[in-house]
Amino acid sequence: MNVFSAIIEALPYILEGTLVTILLVVGALSLGFCIGVPMAVGQVYAPMPIARLISLYVWFFRGVPVLLLLFLFYYGIFGLIGLEVSTIGASCLVLGMTSAAYQSQIFRGAILSLPAGQLKAGRALGMRDGQSIIHIILPQALRLSIPGWSNEYSILLKDSAMCFALGTPEIMARTHFVASRTYEHLPLYITAGLIYFAITFAGVSMLRRLERKVRIPGYNTSGM
Amino acid sequence: MHTPASETPILRAEHFSKYLGGRKILDDCSICMHPGDVKVLIGPSGAGKSTFLQCINCLLEPDEGEIWLGEKQINVKNSKELCYLRQHVGMIFQDFNLFDHLCAQDNVALALRKVRGMSKQDALKRAKEELARVGLADRASLFPAQLSGGQKQRVAIARALAMDPTVLLLDEPTSALDPELVGEVLTVIRDLASHGMPMIMVTHQMEFARAVATEILFMEQGQVIEHGAPDDLLAPGTISRTQDFCTRLCDLCSGDTGRIEE
Repeated sequence: MNVFSAIIEALPYILEGTLVTILLVVGALSLGFCIGVPMAVGQVYAPMPIARLISLYVWFFRGVPVLLLLFLFYYGIFGLIGLEVSTIGASCLVLGMTSAAYQSQIFRGAILSLPAGQLKAGRALGMRDGQSIIHIILPQALRLSIPGWSNEYSILLKDSAMCFALGTPEIMARTHFVASRTYEHLPLYITAGLIYFAITFAGVSMLRRLERKVRIPGYNTSGM
Repeated sequence: MHTPASETPILRAEHFSKYLGGRKILDDCSICMHPGDVKVLIGPSGAGKSTFLQCINCLLEPDEGEIWLGEKQINVKNSKELCYLRQHVGMIFQDFNLFDHLCAQDNVALALRKVRGMSKQDALKRAKEELARVGLADRASLFPAQLSGGQKQRVAIARALAMDPTVLLLDEPTSALDPELVGEVLTVIRDLASHGMPMIMVTHQMEFARAVATEILFMEQGQVIEHGAPDDLLAPGTISRTQDFCTRLCDLCSGDTGRIEE
């Protein structure tokens, strides 16, 4: 079989996997964002026991390999709590929970980098702490988080390849499946690699554009 | 404590003490404000002036002491009463603390909307009026990073005034400014004083303090050790700790090249 015809034949099948990968990444990043932001706020502002609990969560999800987490939750915990999910759903949940741990630290760093006077000024105007956090702290912290967040995006995208181990029909799983049938390993894995590269590049450029778009006038994003 | 008993003071802070790291940095300080009062806190670095000021609106919670707003004693443990207190006691910071992600107008409008519950339109209208009052009508859409220090501080003043505070606290409002920008901020403050805005100010601008203050409180080691009208404390020939401190401060500022003896 010709190399190119092998790629062309497999391409629609792999591209379908690309959609699954994108779904995984978008789902996991969104979930991670929704859990990560409150966790960061909690770690900085909540009373000790809550902050400790969040640290424990972060410590666990950062301390264990993603592959192990996937197996642990899919074959273990989800069954134990009676949660029936597809492989895509399970991958999304596990990647999302893991990403939340990493994202929370990106946001926490950004919050801590803001001058303490920002919250003070909100308080001095009679705003409740919750209001100050939503209207003063987060709008600034989230802007500062974009560079770190684009890192998290590119890492998560590549971590999603591990969901292949659960049989999630994403890029890696499909490429592996075709390659082991056709024995065209080299061209097919190169193709898959190029797809990952393209998605990474597209996402990172989009985030860079977002960074410029939400830039606060008077500041710049180039460092010069 | 000091002035006529006939009028109810608009704000009373009584017997404030504050410990930090086992050290008493504020020791039984009290202040009482009547309409039109402009009180200036002076004293050497580390005397507890800023601490006292920040205890009054509870940005630092005093360990002991009572705070009264008019006839009402504020329970600072109650978050509703705490917000009520802070809404009525405006504060100007040394380093402005403008919200960096909002333009001047939105800086002023934010609390109007979120605390006062004003509509966006009304809040922006009010914000424009307040900015005009400090001479910044044409800077409303600029962001803090695009303003000079003096302009930033004037926006901060507009932001505090928009809440219609009963008392304004000013924590070294000109200390972070370039010398040529100090004037524009002092002009705004002087204007407020002449319109009867009650203020408590920490400052090192002695001439200014003397000109606008109704009372000067001299602090040292966490205590108010002298207080009185500027003319009583600072009149030539008076022997007071305040006078002594001011003389040394003036010597420093006069550009004298000789060493100042402690």
